This record gives sequence, C-alpha cells and structure tokens, in this order.
Amino acid sequence: MAGSSVETPLGVTDPAGAARGYRPSATMPFAAEFRRQASRRRTQLALGFMVLLPLIILIAFQFDSGGDDDNGRNEFSSLVELATSGGLNFTLFSIFVSASFLLVVVVALFCGDTVASEASWGSLRYLLAVPVPRARLLAVKLVVALAYSGLALILLAGTALLAGTLRYGWSPLRSTVAAELEPTEGLLRLLAVLGYLAVVLLVVAGLAFLLSVTTDAALGAVGGAVLLWILSSILDQITALGAVRDFLPTHFSTAWLGLLSTPVQTDDVVRGCISAISYATLFWGLAFWRFTRKDITS
Amino acid sequence: MTSPSPAAWFRRALPTRRRAIAAAAVVVLLATAVTWAVWPQGPGVRTENAMLTVRSGPSGDQPVELDTTFYLPDDASSGRKVPAVLLAHGFGGTKESVRSDAEEFAGRGYAVLTWTARGFGRSGGEIHLDSPDHEVRDAQRLLDWLAARPEVRTNAAGDPQVGVVGGSYGGGLALLLAAQDPRVDAIVPMITWNDLSRAFLPESTGGAPTEGVFKKGWAGLFFGGGGNVGSGPAGLSGATAAQPQGAPASAGPPSPGPGAGPGTGPGGVPAGAADPSCGRFAADVCAAYLRIATTGRADQAAVDLLRRSSPAGVLDRIKAPTLLVQGEADTLFPLGEADANARGIAAAGTPVRVAWFTGGHDGGSGPRSDEDRVKFLTVQWLDHYVKGEGDTPGDDFTWSRIAGFDALDRGLVATGFRRADYPGLTGNARREIPVAGPAQPIANPPNGNPAAISSIPFAGGLASLLDGVAGDVPGQHARFESTPLTEAVDVAGAPTVTVRAASPTGEAVLFVKLYDVDPDGAATLPNGLVAPIRLTGLPQQVQDARPVTVTLPGIVRRVEAGHRLRLVVATSDQAYTTPAQPTVYTVAVDGAVTLPTVSGEPIPTAATLWRWVLAGLLAAIAVGLVVVVAVVRRRHRRQDRSVHPEYADTPLAVRALRKEYADGFVAVSNVDFEVHPGQVVGLLGPNGAGKTTTLRVLMGLTQPTAGEIYVFGRRLVPGSPVLSRIGALVEGPGFLPHLSGLDNLKAYWRATGRPWEDAQFDAALEIAGLGDSVHRKIKNYSHGMRQRLAIAQAMLGLPELLVLDEPTDGLDPPQIAEMRRVLQRYATDGRAVLVSSHLLAEVEQTCTHAVVVNKGRIVASGPVEEIVGESPSVLFDVTDPVAARAVLDRLHGVRVLPESDGQLVVDTNGTARSEVVAELVRAGIGVDRVVPRRRLEDAFLALVGENSRGSGDR
Repeated sequence: MAGSSVETPLGVTDPAGAARGYRPSATMPFAAEFRRQASRRRTQLALGFMVLLPLIILIAFQFDSGGDDDNGRNEFSSLVELATSGGLNFTLFSIFVSASFLLVVVVALFCGDTVASEASWGSLRYLLAVPVPRARLLAVKLVVALAYSGLALILLAGTALLAGTLRYGWSPLRSTVAAELEPTEGLLRLLAVLGYLAVVLLVVAGLAFLLSVTTDAALGAVGGAVLLWILSSILDQITALGAVRDFLPTHFSTAWLGLLSTPVQTDDVVRGCISAISYATLFWGLAFWRFTRKDITS
Repeated sequence: MTSPSPAAWFRRALPTRRRAIAAAAVVVLLATAVTWAVWPQGPGVRTENAMLTVRSGPSGDQPVELDTTFYLPDDASSGRKVPAVLLAHGFGGTKESVRSDAEEFAGRGYAVLTWTARGFGRSGGEIHLDSPDHEVRDAQRLLDWLAARPEVRTNAAGDPQVGVVGGSYGGGLALLLAAQDPRVDAIVPMITWNDLSRAFLPESTGGAPTEGVFKKGWAGLFFGGGGNVGSGPAGLSGATAAQPQGAPASAGPPSPGPGAGPGTGPGGVPAGAADPSCGRFAADVCAAYLRIATTGRADQAAVDLLRRSSPAGVLDRIKAPTLLVQGEADTLFPLGEADANARGIAAAGTPVRVAWFTGGHDGGSGPRSDEDRVKFLTVQWLDHYVKGEGDTPGDDFTWSRIAGFDALDRGLVATGFRRADYPGLTGNARREIPVAGPAQPIANPPNGNPAAISSIPFAGGLASLLDGVAGDVPGQHARFESTPLTEAVDVAGAPTVTVRAASPTGEAVLFVKLYDVDPDGAATLPNGLVAPIRLTGLPQQVQDARPVTVTLPGIVRRVEAGHRLRLVVATSDQAYTTPAQPTVYTVAVDGAVTLPTVSGEPIPTAATLWRWVLAGLLAAIAVGLVVVVAVVRRRHRRQDRSVHPEYADTPLAVRALRKEYADGFVAVSNVDFEVHPGQVVGLLGPNGAGKTTTLRVLMGLTQPTAGEIYVFGRRLVPGSPVLSRIGALVEGPGFLPHLSGLDNLKAYWRATGRPWEDAQFDAALEIAGLGDSVHRKIKNYSHGMRQRLAIAQAMLGLPELLVLDEPTDGLDPPQIAEMRRVLQRYATDGRAVLVSSHLLAEVEQTCTHAVVVNKGRIVASGPVEEIVGESPSVLFDVTDPVAARAVLDRLHGVRVLPESDGQLVVDTNGTARSEVVAELVRAGIGVDRVVPRRRLEDAFLALVGENSRGSGDR
C-alpha cells in the first residue's frame, strides 16, 4: 500500500510553504477547465444545437408553400421574406430569431451553471482546498464560460453562413432599413452585429455569473438570469416608464439593427455597449467581491 | 440554541435587516428614477387667460375679440421685467396648440403671449389670411398690450422687447408683422410662405401664379378646415376635419411632438352667423377661393389678394433679425419659400439665418435630433436678439438629411450638417446626371381622374418616404432613366432639367418628378415633391418643341451609388387641378438632370459624446482592473510568510479557534489542539459538536471569527499555499458525476497544476480498490465507492497532513478494517492524519490521539490511552442489581459506576473479571451477561454527557 514505499515530498519547502510543484498561478489551467466543461453533456448539447438550429431553419424554409402566409405587416416580417435571398441574409435571420431568447439562455447556461454546478456536486470545496485561489478560480471559470458563449455565437453564425451560402448563394445583404450591401461589406456588418450581440449578452453573462456564485443551485442561476432578462424586456415594452427604460439592460438589445442601415447608426449601439459593459462590470465585480469573501458551505 | 435571548435574536435578525435595507435602497432608487422621469419639468409659470378686444381693420376701428393666454415666469414682476415672445399658432389651431411651447419659453424667462387668431376658436372676426389690415394689425395691438404690461421689458415707451415666433400661418404673421411694425426685435418664422399665390398656384418654369397649377389638395384642406368651423357638414367637422385643423399648428417646431395640441376645433362660435359656403372666411378671401377652385386658374384679383398676405413684397422692410426654419418634407411650402424670404431679407441688410429640418407640413416635427436643433437655434436667436444674452448667433446654415430608420423605435433618423454660408437652392456644386429615354406620348385623363398620387397631405414623413404612396398611372407618364450612379450624390437644393413637350391643343399641364430608384427597382419620390408646369404655345410635334427648364422643388437626399435617377413626366396628380379635356401630349427630356450639392460638415451629435463616454468607461475599467490586480498582488506580497518557530514542524496547530456564523450562532467557541508527525488524531464529538466547522476552517472554506491555524508553522487563511500540503475529505465526496472515477482524479490533479508524476495515481487507486469500476461513471457508483475514491483523491500526491471527515462512512466492515491499516501506515515518515468521527470504536482502534469536542469546545485531548484512562470497565447484567451492588462494594478496588437501568457498570480496577463473576454467583445472584465496556465510549459519555440533544447542528 501507500506510505513509506514511495518517494515523499516531505521536507520540500518553498517560500510560501507550499507543496512541491504548487504555484497558485499554475492552478486550474484554462485548458483543464475548458476540458472539464467540454466533457459535460449540457455543453455538447448547447453547442450542438447551435449547429443544428440553422439547419432546421433551412429545412423549414424548404417547406415554403409559396402561399401568402400571414407574416403580417409587423416590423420584421421583411426579415423573414429576405431570409432566403442569400447566405448573409439567412445568417442575419438566424441571428435575429435566436438573439432575443435562445442566445440569452445559452449564455446564461454557460455562465450561470459553471460555479453553481461545482458547488452542487461538492467539488468546489476540493478545488478551493487544492488550493485554487478564489479569484483565480472565478477568473478561469468566467473566461471559459465566455469562451463557450462566444463559441456558441460563432458556431450559430458560422453554420448559418455556410449552410445559407451553399443553399442560397453569396448575395448582397439586403434589409428594409438600408440599401443593398455588397457581400464583403455585408459580411463586415454581420461581424459587427455579432460583436455587438456579444457585448449585449455580457449583461446576461454577468447576471448569470453573479447568481452562480450566490447560489448552489445551477438551475436557479440560469433560470434567474433568464427571468430577470425577460422581466427587463417586459418593462422595456412599457413606454410610460419613459427615460427609466434607458437604464434597463435590455433597452438597447436590438440596436444592432442600426448596424444594417446606411449610414451605420452607431448612436444606440454605443449607448448599448456602455450600458452592457457597465452592467457586466458591476455584476462581475459583485461576483468577485462576494465569492472571495464568502463561506463555502456546500 | 436552547434559550434564544433577545440579543441573539437581534443578532440573527441583523443580516435580514441589512438585506431589507439594501432592498429598500434599491426600491427608493428606482422610485426616484421613475419620479424624476415622470415629474413635470420646468420652473413655475403662471398664466392669465383673457378675452382682449383690439381695434383693427383697414381704418383701425373695427373691434375684434381675441382669446389670449399670457404666460409669465413666476419670478417676473414690475421690479424684475422680462422680455416677451409673441407666439402665433398655425392655421386651424388655437392658442392651445402652442401651449407647450409657450410654457417652455416661459420656463426660459420670457413672458409669452399666445392668442387664437381671428376667425378661429373662441376669437371673433373672420379669417383674412394674415392680412396686414386684420391679423397683422391685431398682432400690433397685442404688442401695445405687451408694452403696457408692467412685467414686460421695453426698449422705449410702448415698445416692448419682443420676438415673434410661429409656424406656418403663425410664421407668415411673424414676417408680415416684422415688416409692418419696427417694434419687433427678432422673428423666427417656421415652415411658412414667401408668396401665398405661388405656394397655392406653383409653376416650375417660372410662370406667374396666374399661369400656376392649382394645388387643390392643400387648398381644399385649408378651406375646409377654416370654413367648416362650427357650421360644416357633420362629416367634415368630425375627426377628419380635426386633423387638418390641428396638424398645421403642431407641425411646426418648436412643438415637441406632433401630438402637442390638436386644434380645439369648433369653439363657442355662433354657427348661425356664418355663410355656409364661406364658414368663417372673410368674404373676399372666400370669393377668391371659390373662383380659383372652380376654374383651377387664378385671376389677377385673386393673386393680388394672396400677394397682400405674402411677405414677398415687404421683405425689404423687415429689420428684425430673422431665423428661417423650413421643412424638407413639405409639399405645401417647400424649401423655395424660405429661400425667397432669406434672399429678400438679407438684401435689406438684416441678419438672416436659415435652417432646414426633415419635417414640415408632411413630415411633422421630424426626428428628435431635428427638434433639438431647431429648439436650440430658436432659443439662441431669441436669447441674443431679444433678451440680449449670449454671443451673436452666426449666419451659418444647418440642414439635415434622413439617414434611415431608427433601429429601435422605427422612427426616422436624420443626420445634421453645418456650413458657414447659406448656398441657397442651387447648391455650391453641381452634378449632371444624364437621363435618357425616347419621346413618349402620355394621356391627360379627363377631369384628372385617375390621377397619380405623389403625396397625401398630413400623411407624415414615413408615408412620403416609403414608395407605397407614390404611384403613377400607366399611360399617363413618361420615364427617363439614368444609368446606375458610380458614386453616391448628396443632393441638397432644387434639381433642374430641360423638358420638351408637344400638345395638339398647344397647352399642357405636366408634373415633373425625380425618383430615386434602387437596384431592385423600388422607386422613391423624395418627400413626394413634384414640379407642376403649365406650358403654352406648344407645337404639335415634339421635334419642334422648345426646351424649357424646370426647377424641381428643393430636396435633401443622398442618392446611393448603384441607384438610378428616374425623371417622370406625368399628366395628372391628385394634389393638383388639371385640364378637364382628355388630350395626348408627347414629352421628351433633353440631356441631364442637374443636381445641386452642398458640402458641409456633420454636426456632432450626442453619439460623439457617447463614444467618448464608452472610451472613458473602457479606460476606467482597464485602470480599475490594473489597480485591483496591483492592490491584490501587493497585499499578497505583504502576506505573512513567516514561520511560527514553535509550530514549524507541527503539521497542524489550532489555536483558540472561534467561528460565529452571521446569524449569531457560535459553532466553535474555543478549540485548541495540535497534530504532530506520526500521529493519527481522532476528532471526536457528537453530531453538531463543531467538528465539521473546524475542518471547514482548516480547509480554507470558511473564515474563522477568531483564532489561528498553523500548518507547519504557516498561518493558514483561505487559499494559503500551505493548503497544498493537506489532503482532505470534508463533508463527503465531491465528484463530477459525468466523469469516470479515474477521470475525476485526473481532472482534480490537473486543477492543482502540479507535476503529473507527483500525483502517485497508482498508490491512490490501490487505496480506492475500485478495480475496473474506476472506469465507470461516478453517477453509477455506490456511496461506499465514492467514499473510497474520495479518500484516494485526498491521498493524491501523498500530502503531509491528511484530513478525513467520517472516512468510514458507507464502508463495510472489511473495508473499515483495511482503512484502519491504511491510515496507521500513512502516518509514518513524518506524515500525520486527522480523522473526524463520531464512531468511537473506530477512533479508539485507529487513532493514537484523540480530541473530544462538545458544543464547540474541547473537552479532552491527548493520547487515546490517556483519555480512556487505566480503568477498564465491565457491564454486568444481573438478576438482582441491588444485591449485586452490595456484593461488589465489598470487593477491594472494585467500583460501581453510577449507572442504572438494571445494569451495573463496574470498574474492576485490576481485579479479574472471572473473580468478580465468581463473587456474584457465590452471593446467589444470577449473571446473565458480562460485556466489556467500550472504554473510550465511557470516557466519551463521561465527558460529553449522554444527552447530546440541544447542542444544535455545528
């Protein structure tokens, strides 16, 4: 059995009195956490769905009977009509239909589940006893969660662009709010839209992450973030709130449409970025402040 | 907590109270924000409503009652006089239409007089269309009234300091009043006319109004709006009539929004007095309208009447500095009207400033950025020229262009531009865009039906921007198109084009329009503006036709690269009267469309500011991060790295540890113990004694309230590097359920970042003894299997101190026995083991030392033998306990421990058990059972008392 038969690290002392080979900055490497999350079914499912969704939409469009279906005169019906005009438009449509809810859920899942699930398994206390410094644990968890969120966004857009271009061709980007955009220009705009969406989703990421360090229930963190996001969206519909709505984290969530117009309307995009970055910083700041001081009782 | 004291209750209530305070703060903050957003703004303004009787008319002796409201800033008085603004409303409106603007001016320190013009609302008199003898003279009397008010500042006796502001009908009044009365100090006429006859009878080749094409759509709306007040047919005085009445009044800035004040419409005017065909229009105006509307042509008398109501002839008399604001979406008074006013007033040497915005009679007040700009310019103008504050406003020209839809609220977005000088409608540069097409025959429909639709009065800016409104009737229009533009053109001004036409009658009424056609073929008629022309003396054949130059209405539009221009010449337009006879004309267009362009710099908007805010925010976050990291590093560097000399070789020393939870519950009140190399120390205690809390603190999971823990002399705080020398199993295993046992161990070791070879996986797996199950997923493991894997994980890397919380939990007896050997063997080579347990036998058999805790305190500690003591005890189950006690008491050295329940616990103190049994049997007492008491258990029970109830969960 163990014991005297094996080489012992006894007597090894470093200035901080740590065991041999232990360095706080080497604990919990990014790659290790990335693999840890990659092995999880929910990661695989979420990313898989990001690939699948554009294909499902593509197949659904094949069933278009050509009849005058009742898209109504709602403000975005034209987006649906334009979706099949080219790969870029198809991508835009895929982003549009997922931006308001699906991506929110996915980001909330990656960022809300990451710490809370470790707490619920009980593995969090063993990580902290390694010891992984708490701030480092959070930072690595956050960066990995954001990386997966970004990956989801890229997978969705990438698959949509690839599938859409193969099916509908490489055509200019069209929209109701602007002139036609050349494919290269359209691609740039699309990237800008993705970038802005990523920034807006930082609010969800921040909120979910804050909840994740606050609760041991992963579902609570994910659901809570999504619920608060929906609440903010509902409040944003109430015009009677006036200027208060500008402070809602969801108020500028559709400002990316301005990036499709000519000339580009960046006013709300910039304000949306300010809002999102402020909220995300606040939430993350709170999360770090809370987690580095809290008693781990799970 | 057995006895909750008030203090304890208070302490426990604290966190919730703190939470309540935080929640209350959030609620208060929200409420403040909402209130701030909803609260009516502006300082106090007081108002006086009065019916003033003024004398006007050609000879100045006809009394007329005017419905007025006088707005005064609260602090205005005869001691603190304020300048005044005369604020006129639009056609069909009343003084209520301009209420919000009046309140805003009053809030900025002006006395504001608003009144309902004669012929409208509750005011008396008839509509004379801003006639110098009537409406203008009324306004002069109001100036007299203002001069007499003690609160109003005057330049001289009877000469108030006053600016005149108004849109449309009110703007015309401002110009005419300034021309007629030198007391006016500054005017801001908006979306108004220069020549009323040209506005209603335009002719775009430069023909006189008598040759003009009657703008019947607008004229009818106005005549209907003014004429039907109080007396019209039910259909017109209802909702449909209310819109044209209210809209002109509210269309003009600085009204904050289109909904600011629809005309109050039919007021308290006696209906019976009105002529049903003229309503409240004056007889001469009414007669002129009826003549024009009947024939579609204006006679000289009618033109003269309209000219009398036009600033065109009197511009040279305007000495008041003039800010002209004109709308681009205005088919009634297009940009050309303001251009004529600007040139006429500037020729007299009076300061003039021109601003265009994207609204107008068709486009309302325009996007927010335009409203703000117009408001700013107006206030700046009045502040300088009336109030005498602020620098001289320049005469630079500002304009704006629709940039697209707002992505958020689907409204329009305009980009503002600025340029030092006003270039007029001809621009400061030209672009010639050739348009081509064969000469085409086009039919004039009888009685102008069906007609093309270019604009719908009051349809709003959206309608004229979308191509849905513009529709040309097949056969009635000719098209001439350009090739796609190679580069975008920013048109600002009036395009011109040369047209030739032939007509069998020698005459033709045509409508020339310029479409912007996108690559998909969707055509947009900018703001629905058309150029009506009436050509006479035309030949039969188009080859013989003389080219005429048509000046189209001024537009501001960017024609994108790849778009084409389409010049359309149509025979009909719903907004105009066309000849009733069917005819077929032939039209041709020669050469190119000349597009005036104006170069200017974009007006910086809030977007620029926001961009800086964003940059600042990012910089602040970056700086904040650097500062936080630096502070943390610094604190880290200054961290206590000293080694406590006394404990340098002691794996664990706990000193005066105390942990008090936030709710006031004291889990550990005072715990001291040490673990030395080679020892296996058992931490003993009933459930809730504080064992787990102690271990949590030991693992850096929980902050102690007081006391220290030293590991090899290093002070232990959460995250201390020295924790890496401790292997732990605390509060059960914690594994990733979707990974196999081996993968879990590997994932854990990867997280430590330590060298792979230090892990000693083989040794650990041997301890776990899971065999092939190590490759199965954790979620399929039994409780015992997880427990063994957890112990193996704790032993990864062979830490010098092993801390195990209830290690035998879930293990079967052989495994427990095996575990015992493992632990004993582990505590060699200077290693130590700390085992917490409530199983006494386990501790007794495994541990060299024990620490007994109860209710958060150490009750005993030391070698197990010491705690157990030298008095092995035996439990006797006898038939007669009382007799047995007597017998045993007699035996030397034998002591009966105070215990009952028909059993005797006896400390034999060296006397052989067989001898004691023999004594009892000899005394005739039946002995049912003789059981050696578990020695530690005795000690334990003696230390903690058998009843551990009420100790709470520690």
